[in-house]
Amino acid sequence: MVTIWMVVTITFFLMHAIPGGPFTREKALPPAVMKNIEERYHLNDPLWKQYTDYIQNLVRGDLGPSFKYQGVTVNQIIAESFPISAQLGLASLFIMLFVGLPAGIISALRQTKWQDHLAMSLATVGVAVPNFVVATLLMYIVGVKLGWLPTARWLSWQSVIMPSIALAGYYTAYVARLTRSSVLEVLQQDYIRTARAKGLPERVVVYKHALKNALIPIVTYLGPILAGILTGSFVIEKIFAIPGLGEHFVASIWNRDYTVILGVTVFYATLLVIVNLIVDILYCFIDPRIRLGK
Amino acid sequence: MADIPVSGIHEISKDKFTPLPARKKDIADISRPSVTYWGDAWRRLRQNKMAMLGMYTIIFIILLAILGPILSPHSYSDQFLDKQGLGPNNEHWFGTDSLGRDLFVRVLYGARISLAVGLVASLLNLTVGVLYGGIAGLAGGRVDNVMMRIVDMFYSIPLVLYVILMMVVIGPGLKSIFMALGLVYWLEMARVVRAQILTLKEQEFVMAARALGASQARILFRHLIPNCMGPIIITVSMNIPLAIFTEAFLSFLGLGVAIPMASWGVLASDALPAIRSYPHMLFFPAMAISVTMLAFNFLGDGLRDALDPRLRK
Amino acid sequence: MKNILEVKNLSTSFFTHAGEVKAVKDISFNVGIGEAIGIVGESGSGKSVTSLSIMNLLSFPGKVINGSVCFAGTELTNLKEKKMQLVRGNEIGMIFQDPMTSLNPVYTVGNQIMESLLRHQKLNRGEARKKAIEMLSLVGIPGPENRLNQYPHEFSGGMRQRVMIAMALCCKPKLLIADEPTTALDVTIQAQIIELLKDLKDKINTSIILITHDLGVVAELCSRVIVMYAGSVVEKGTTRDVFYNPRHPYTWGLLKSIPIVNADHKERLIPIDGQPPDLLNTPPGCPFCPRCDHAMQICAQTQPPLSQLGEQHLAACWLLHPGAPRVERGR
Ligand SMILES: Nc1ncnc2c1ncn2[C@@H]1O[C@H](COP(=O)(O)OP(=O)(O)O)[C@@H](O)[C@H]1O
Ligand code: SF4
Ligand SMILES: [Mg+2]
Repeated sequence: MVTIWMVVTITFFLMHAIPGGPFTREKALPPAVMKNIEERYHLNDPLWKQYTDYIQNLVRGDLGPSFKYQGVTVNQIIAESFPISAQLGLASLFIMLFVGLPAGIISALRQTKWQDHLAMSLATVGVAVPNFVVATLLMYIVGVKLGWLPTARWLSWQSVIMPSIALAGYYTAYVARLTRSSVLEVLQQDYIRTARAKGLPERVVVYKHALKNALIPIVTYLGPILAGILTGSFVIEKIFAIPGLGEHFVASIWNRDYTVILGVTVFYATLLVIVNLIVDILYCFIDPRIRLGK
Repeated sequence: MADIPVSGIHEISKDKFTPLPARKKDIADISRPSVTYWGDAWRRLRQNKMAMLGMYTIIFIILLAILGPILSPHSYSDQFLDKQGLGPNNEHWFGTDSLGRDLFVRVLYGARISLAVGLVASLLNLTVGVLYGGIAGLAGGRVDNVMMRIVDMFYSIPLVLYVILMMVVIGPGLKSIFMALGLVYWLEMARVVRAQILTLKEQEFVMAARALGASQARILFRHLIPNCMGPIIITVSMNIPLAIFTEAFLSFLGLGVAIPMASWGVLASDALPAIRSYPHMLFFPAMAISVTMLAFNFLGDGLRDALDPRLRK
Repeated sequence: MKNILEVKNLSTSFFTHAGEVKAVKDISFNVGIGEAIGIVGESGSGKSVTSLSIMNLLSFPGKVINGSVCFAGTELTNLKEKKMQLVRGNEIGMIFQDPMTSLNPVYTVGNQIMESLLRHQKLNRGEARKKAIEMLSLVGIPGPENRLNQYPHEFSGGMRQRVMIAMALCCKPKLLIADEPTTALDVTIQAQIIELLKDLKDKINTSIILITHDLGVVAELCSRVIVMYAGSVVEKGTTRDVFYNPRHPYTWGLLKSIPIVNADHKERLIPIDGQPPDLLNTPPGCPFCPRCDHAMQICAQTQPPLSQLGEQHLAACWLLHPGAPRVERGR
């Protein structure tokens, strides 16, 4: 809650600290029109009143109207575009977990064998190449040259493939590396030796005793990873012309559409706070030493 | 070693049983050469081929960025209107862009910007981050609590989002990028240094310094920070590529440096609409940024392996 | 007495990038049915590697390079992994030095004990649970029904070691290897654990290999003692022999370093000067030579052979050679 409030406050005053109002144009508007607009959006009220009004509306879940698009509210924009971004994000998360985790585990179990070298070479490249480079290269090779998949828009299920791979690329590589080092570290632990001394088959030693422990550090990174997927969507949605929330957010920055910037930022902050809460709960599930509320 | 009865080896001459002269008891100690932490780390780093490759690549890129544009006859903003979108050739090694500008020079200028961003980010890390973390860790208690709560709050929102908001307020441009990075990129370092100092400050040598009446500042700068140097270097080496990436990311979104300046992100973004006709426009900046990031990552991984105290034996 | 375990000329090395580390060098001993023997030596002398070699649990780059381990008539060194798994935890149980790290932190204690029972015995979950409760109360953990559902971090060090013992003994193994079971514990708890092992040895009638660096612990429990130094056996014999008639200077040093617990539980011990040698490139001669007060010319050149001193008593020292000067054990 404190985080959300802080984000609201900082963003609100930042937006109002910008020299020139949102309606400053190259060609000055006639004073009468200007006055009209300012009244409609309560821009003439003192700053503190605007702030308290905004907070009051926010508590009711109302993020206000868009300055740029007449008659459209920020809530409508989010309601329309967020589901698309969420699909993209979930697809990326899915790729990250179902490619990154197994790759890391296999690497660790086949340490210094070819599987390990292959996976880790790919992962090293994966964490070094920026997502927009991956996205543009994918689009050029698979989309333009080979023509296998659509290069833009959000029309069919095929549209989701390239963007989600590009978005997941870095984090898949990151998770693979993290998983590998985590599994290797856990396999050195005394309790693994205990499990072997009990005569358990290697399969049980690895998948029961090692894996759950190895997941603990990965869960810790889940919050930052999801935050990264969120910001990554800005650039991916731009490249593939996907009408998601990230694309709207970037457009609103270009348009200086302050209520949208403010509203989407607040929405993102709330989303991330919720995500972090879920991660914390997950963390308690997986590590009995952590108790909720601590 | 079989169980030979003593009587079986009678033929040993008497003088063999004279006592050895008294020796220093610790001969065993010197049997393995003792190496200092830094010498040891440097030796391990040098053995790491990928890390060394990364380091040489970075040096090469730095040299190119400094010298390259001087050597080339073209400037980054010269437009050759008759030569738009040429592929790589003898005169324009990387070809020209859709406005007829020499791509080689533009990519080298991009390197300058990226390296400058990396430099600024690391300086900030080293000053603001280290000081903030150091003070929080040393002060402890309430002060530490408040200082770290602030860091935590910033931390739960992705840094890129803050940078974007800053860019909205101060407007695009290289200076804004530096300021925006400056406002957020010291957070991680502050955390790392604080955690280190919290463990270090309980140790004997700090207690001893305190007992001798050393001031807080002296303890921090002479005793604590030098002992955190390993983690500090690792964090810096991880943060440089992150900062370079963030700049490219922002520039790609059109929130970074302004035209006609060219950062790698701008170049890649410019190439996007023309990707069907001039794919080379994408290839070279993408290559440049990927190679740089790879080089920094290799060096960073190498440094981590070389400096991580847990690996020391 | 028939032997449950016979170890002959066992040698184990670690092939590290720096070279071959000879952690165990040509050691032989046996353990009788229902007998407890002790292996003592400073840390790094190869005790743990010996026990892991017996259990076939060495991880890369460690390898048994020579010798045989015969358990209840079966050769273990070349046993297939699948068959070996049926021996581990079932016929040979093992407890480790650090109870704080030897239990898996993310599973309940009950889960970890029952796991062994379910694997080796034909029990259903309910029976395994009952058996686990029985084992917990056997090792002296109060309220076993509740304790079963708790995680390791909810137990104290001593209690965790009791859990480890319960886990190692739940399948009624013929042999228990206890690798420094008391080293990580407080002095008072140490005594309780040794008392417990002594008690259980008779109740369950299992043989025990007790590994420790504390000769005092051995005296309480074991009938015979093996003294190891730098991977080799330097002296072995009945507990009586080794305590009252020790013949190796290293054993003398160990006996001097027994912690004496006085009224207010303060330890007093005199450690042996110097450090064990580097096992990577061992110099010729007696490995104890650089630290030995009685070293002679020959000690630096040739390894001393094991000399037979009594029916069971052996030691490897040149002082035992008839040509050597008489040296009295310093006190
Ligand atoms: N994984 C390993 N790699 C290399 N050397 C090892 C390894 N494990 C043990 N050693 C060597 O074996 C020696 C004996 O170790 P250990 O049996 O654990 O001693 P103890 O249990 O008597 O304290 C050590 O001094 C070390 O040099
Ligand atoms: S052989 Fe020599 S050096 Fe070794 S213990 Fe005996 S007297 Fe000491
Ligand atoms: Mg040991």
